[in-house]
Amino acid sequence: MAHVRITRKIEFSAAHLYHNPKFSDEENRRIFGKCNNPHGHGHNYVLEVTIAGEPDPMTGMVLDLKELKDILQREIVDRMDHRFLNYEVPELSGQIPTCENIARVIWKLLDPKIVHGHLDRVRLYESPDLFVDCTAGGGA
Amino acid sequence: MNLTLNRRYAFAASHRLHSPQLSDEENHRIYGKCNNPYGHGHNYVVEIGVSGPVDPETGMIANLSDLDSYVQREILDAFDHTYLNEQVPAFKKSVPTTENLCREIYRRLESFPKARLERVRIEETSLNSFEYTRESQDSAGGNSR
Repeated sequence: MAHVRITRKIEFSAAHLYHNPKFSDEENRRIFGKCNNPHGHGHNYVLEVTIAGEPDPMTGMVLDLKELKDILQREIVDRMDHRFLNYEVPELSGQIPTCENIARVIWKLLDPKIVHGHLDRVRLYESPDLFVDCTAGGGA
Repeated sequence: MNLTLNRRYAFAASHRLHSPQLSDEENHRIYGKCNNPYGHGHNYVVEIGVSGPVDPETGMIANLSDLDSYVQREILDAFDHTYLNEQVPAFKKSVPTTENLCREIYRRLESFPKARLERVRIEETSLNSFEYTRESQDSAGGNSR
């Protein structure tokens, strides 16, 4: 395993709320607590994206960080920054925009775009004390 | 893909590193300042990782209020503002190094019913951290000590 991992960090700020129309209002409040506030609330999300691969012998790089930066800008920041995730990000429609689901959507958006090296991990911080790791593997 | 939900908690506690199997001189040599008979303290940060299927109805691996209340009861209420050597039963028998603290916290959280415990990582200070994972547990053949 001579793979090298490189990680790029970005930030985006977005609003969301948790509400499942299948539940009664009371169940929504009980299960989702403050996150059920119908007006929504927001976070400064921090996203760490890790790419693994062999450094190219000519350039010494797994991939050009500029290329990764452009992918992250186009796929994530342009799509999610200063958005209300429930209403403005079609990939999340019909899902509760929890950290788990957002990380999963980010993985699905990025994975096909990484052609040099491969996507190794998506780590999404909703706050410094709450984050989700998404890695390749057989699970859900 | 695999998803792990990670949460950080903090507690403050004191401890003393001293092994009854060693002489006073050896204890002093091995543990240095940490062998001070009066003990000393840290602001511990505990990072917990749990995995499992994401419930399509809630979008969650586990409801944070369930995880938080479990950790509050099993860890924070038991450890915060205590002297670990005297007030946590496990450390009557083992030295409360942060390695052993990782294993003790893992043992206490392993029975969390809503998701599978993957890892316990403890920052003893901002410069030192220790991690105990399900793989460590599996390769050790259980959490016996």
